[in-house]
Amino acid sequence: MIIDRKDFLELKDLSAEEIIYILKTAETMKFVLSQKGRNSPMLRGKSVISLFYETSDRARLAYELAAQHLSAAFADINLSSSNGRETLKDMGIMLDQMGADFIIIRHSQAGAANILAKNVKASVINAGDGYNENPGQTLLDLMTIKEYKKDFKGLKVAIIGDLLHSRVNKGNIWALTKLGSEVVISGPPALVPEEIENFGVKVYYNACDAVKDADVILSGRINVDDLEENALPSMEEYKNFFMIDKELLSYAKEDAIVMHPGPIKRGIEISSEVMDSPQCIVSDQLSNSISVRMAMLYILAQGRKS
Amino acid sequence: MKTLIKNGYIVSEYADMTTLMDILCEDGKIVKIEKDIEDPEAKIIDAQGRYVFPGFIDMHCSMSNPAGNYIESFESLTKAAAKGGFSTITLLPSTNPPVDNDAIVDYIVSKGKSYSNIGIYPYGSMTVGCEGKVLANIGHMVKAGIVALSDGDRAIDKAQLLMRIMQYSRMFDICLITHCEEQSLACGGDMNEGTISIELGLRGIPEEAETIHVSRNILLAEGTKAKLHICHVSTKKTVDLIRQAKKRGVQITAETCPQYFSLTEDAVLGYNTYAKLNPPLRTKEDVDAVIEGLCDGTIDVISSGHSPVSGEEKRVEFGNASFGVSSLETAVSVVITELLQKRKILNPMELAEKMSGMPAKILKIKSKGKIKVGYDADFTIVNLKEQVVVDTKNFRSKSRVTPYADMFLNGCVVYTISAGEPAYKR
Repeated sequence: MIIDRKDFLELKDLSAEEIIYILKTAETMKFVLSQKGRNSPMLRGKSVISLFYETSDRARLAYELAAQHLSAAFADINLSSSNGRETLKDMGIMLDQMGADFIIIRHSQAGAANILAKNVKASVINAGDGYNENPGQTLLDLMTIKEYKKDFKGLKVAIIGDLLHSRVNKGNIWALTKLGSEVVISGPPALVPEEIENFGVKVYYNACDAVKDADVILSGRINVDDLEENALPSMEEYKNFFMIDKELLSYAKEDAIVMHPGPIKRGIEISSEVMDSPQCIVSDQLSNSISVRMAMLYILAQGRKS
Repeated sequence: MKTLIKNGYIVSEYADMTTLMDILCEDGKIVKIEKDIEDPEAKIIDAQGRYVFPGFIDMHCSMSNPAGNYIESFESLTKAAAKGGFSTITLLPSTNPPVDNDAIVDYIVSKGKSYSNIGIYPYGSMTVGCEGKVLANIGHMVKAGIVALSDGDRAIDKAQLLMRIMQYSRMFDICLITHCEEQSLACGGDMNEGTISIELGLRGIPEEAETIHVSRNILLAEGTKAKLHICHVSTKKTVDLIRQAKKRGVQITAETCPQYFSLTEDAVLGYNTYAKLNPPLRTKEDVDAVIEGLCDGTIDVISSGHSPVSGEEKRVEFGNASFGVSSLETAVSVVITELLQKRKILNPMELAEKMSGMPAKILKIKSKGKIKVGYDADFTIVNLKEQVVVDTKNFRSKSRVTPYADMFLNGCVVYTISAGEPAYKR
């Protein structure tokens, strides 16, 4: 299979087959990484530029390492604090002129990656746009789930926390529903709007109901901004109703796994006890983060070659 | 100075609409509506069997972008209006500088005349600087020629202040046109709140941002007996609230714009900033309710909702894009396509009422709004059948931002005549 795409912008527009193909490629990349030589020449001569309007050490690092392991040149533009900058379109044209083959963009505005993709010849990978999506992060979640649960069909996945502002978990909804999993969500109502049910998921405002018999529990982040917008009264309240602890986990299947995109608010989003238990597989997510990004870069390069 | 309009279907209760008739005008007034008028002195305009409407009056038109910066000049605005079939326009006061005193009103009234023969009637700001804090010198502005009070596109936050404005407005029997937007709900929002805003990850503006202000303003108008006009109605609940208020006898009128009955929030999909409007485009249910409201008379007026913005303000990330579209030159065609032809809910006579008769009545412009002997010789001649493609290159407005670009629409303005003189000829 060849995925004939210029860009990876959203899980929303990827088919189930494409998602599975990316995950399989990521598994191959993981194998490559486990070998002694490690680096592969697949992207030799290509350049990967990360264009970050928001800082994120993890995402940038993952893409940089992915590019290096594939022998591509990597350069980094961090614009998170610059004022009076040129428009995104003009920035894209500049990068095109400089011969960028891939642009990895992270931006505070939803749709920013789409604008860039429309205006440049380079392949664009969305590394997070506003409250829309972050496909790389979602794909690594999916890869980790697949490693543990083998198949997505019939899985019950519970997402706990802020859904409205969580680009990774929104991506998880689009992908998991396509892959045949049952998705349920729980969190404070202002952050988990009922309209999300229009996308084939179920909303519970009691976390125990959501977690009941779940195979996978995805924790979202809770941000201080949500407090400022009065979406919830305090972190203490959040902790009391939504923290993933042993008690909440007792409602899930015995072999349920707990995941989080990081960085984790220990003792608020997930209890220390659960975080330090083998059920919490955040470290697998981190190690998969590079293989997934390698797969994304490789597949786009292959598609363009054809 | 005489003008004779020949061979038109005259959209007027004072003419026989089943047959072609002529209108004779002299010194800017209508002097005769009959069949086969002959006058050798008159300049002849041949309507060629098209519909002759009373000149359309736009009740919601801005020269500036939301930041108050002028996008249009008098020249571009009046030319765009004339091309769009409006022989009279009003101006929102929320410009920079704002229209909040008699000197600026004077300037607009006198300056406007030097650019175009179409009518320009300014609205006066309710508050100093359009800031919603202190009552403006409303009486002075009324004397200088404003036809309504407005808060532009900046809703008045304080209920006490609005109540005082309403009370004061009664001295002049002048209408208040309110932009209904509860800031604490709308602020920071990009589009209608709902399934699509979640899908796109854009910040939502709930319908309550509009309806809370609509109900507050209705209750205040009911208590103060002021004349209230709700502009750009976009939600079903707003239509319901106005319908109920009218039943109770509140002095309320309402208006919507073609955007709100021809487009839904779906237009935003793909992060289309050209569909970023304030109020935002809503759902199909809302569109149907707005149409229903137009049908049963709950919504009295259709205005263009022209709010020009530059292309640069739109060709950016959705969240950073300005609200607004250039709609003077598409409004009439969209109305004809959607309401006369697709939905068939208005006939030409009702269209004339919504786009000319009612605006003139609400704004108390006594010589306009009808084709009747003694009235101003303002006409919009329309070919209801001709199909047009929206070509932004031909826009006369300085803003070429429209969600209708390259669409096929039915109905085309052939002539706009103001005071007996053509302001636009196709």
